Amino acid sequence: MKNLLIAALFGVISTSVLAGESTFEISIKDHMFSPAELTIPAGERVKLIISNDDASPEEFEGEDFDIEKVIPGNSKGTVFVGPFEPGRYEFVGEFHEATAKGALIVE
Amino acid sequence: MLSSAVIVFREVLEAALIISILMAATCGLPGRTRWICAGLFAGLSGACIVALFARSITGAFEGTGQEIMNAAILFTAVLMLAWHNIWMSHHAKELVAHLKNVSAKITDGTLPLYFLTVASGMAVLREGSEVVLFMYSVAASGSSTTSMLSGSLIGVAAGVLVGRLIYSGLLRIPASRLFQITGWMILLLAAGLAASAAGYLIQAGILPYEPPLWNSGSLLSEKSVVGQLLHILVGYQERPTAIHLAFYLGTLGIILAGMQWVHRRSQNRFQSA
Repeated sequence: MKNLLIAALFGVISTSVLAGESTFEISIKDHMFSPAELTIPAGERVKLIISNDDASPEEFEGEDFDIEKVIPGNSKGTVFVGPFEPGRYEFVGEFHEATAKGALIVE
Repeated sequence: MLSSAVIVFREVLEAALIISILMAATCGLPGRTRWICAGLFAGLSGACIVALFARSITGAFEGTGQEIMNAAILFTAVLMLAWHNIWMSHHAKELVAHLKNVSAKITDGTLPLYFLTVASGMAVLREGSEVVLFMYSVAASGSSTTSMLSGSLIGVAAGVLVGRLIYSGLLRIPASRLFQITGWMILLLAAGLAASAAGYLIQAGILPYEPPLWNSGSLLSEKSVVGQLLHILVGYQERPTAIHLAFYLGTLGIILAGMQWVHRRSQNRFQSA
């Protein structure tokens, strides 16, 4: 119950504080990211919507930045990344690391 | 098979370490195994339920429900570990006497030790649900399921084994020093978990993101074995931000202050008695 209240409170804060980031989408299909390389602007907080079109769950994990998020099968999740310096920031799908590889190209 | 063993091992390790340190830290406390085991089973069942509802949890709060839940779980665990340390700063002396076989009674020893149950339950719940999801993902994919699942089981076994080794190692410490050392371990553990919780709130966009204070990834990667152990035990992060550090130091300070306060109060009571 307490957790629910805390969660609700956080929810209110998050929706009020965060408005107006640019939003990008990455999808997962057959344990591969598409696009495998996503270009995002430097020096900006960016909203990433990751949609997993596979039936099985996947864990989106940053190699060069700190994000770890499980995306259940056939569903979407949101994470906020950056602001980054220009460069290449790799990420993987930890549950299928052999095929699920990608990178954020920050320009 | 190896890859699934490694993934599961990484997930199990945190819970295994927290529980083995708690077991050592409450050595000699009557009924502690029961309280911790209750937490273990509650955590495991909770993990299955969380995995079952993963889709709705992830979808909650505009796709950040998972982070908010993880942060809430971690903060609850921090609270329980803090409670443990503050409680121990009052009772450690009695426990030491008890361990040395002096006929010492543990006052409050029959009190419900809910904090042990909740702390171990939370430890299992968070990573446990990821293990369940991973195993489901393996089972669902259909290819090389048997070898992946046996890999997962090896991962679980390896995690439990490391926990067991840490526990045996801790028990070699003389009783007079044991609770001092486990107290420090739990203090650093709690501070690290609080910083991780802050990380989830940053990821969800609730706390603001700031550029990392430093990047020590090339010196010690968080994904290496040593890096991961240090991450769990003392909260090592390769790219901490000011917010991570503030939560770390804040938690450290608050728990220490609570321990000092209770310690002083119980000493005063001994002197006036």
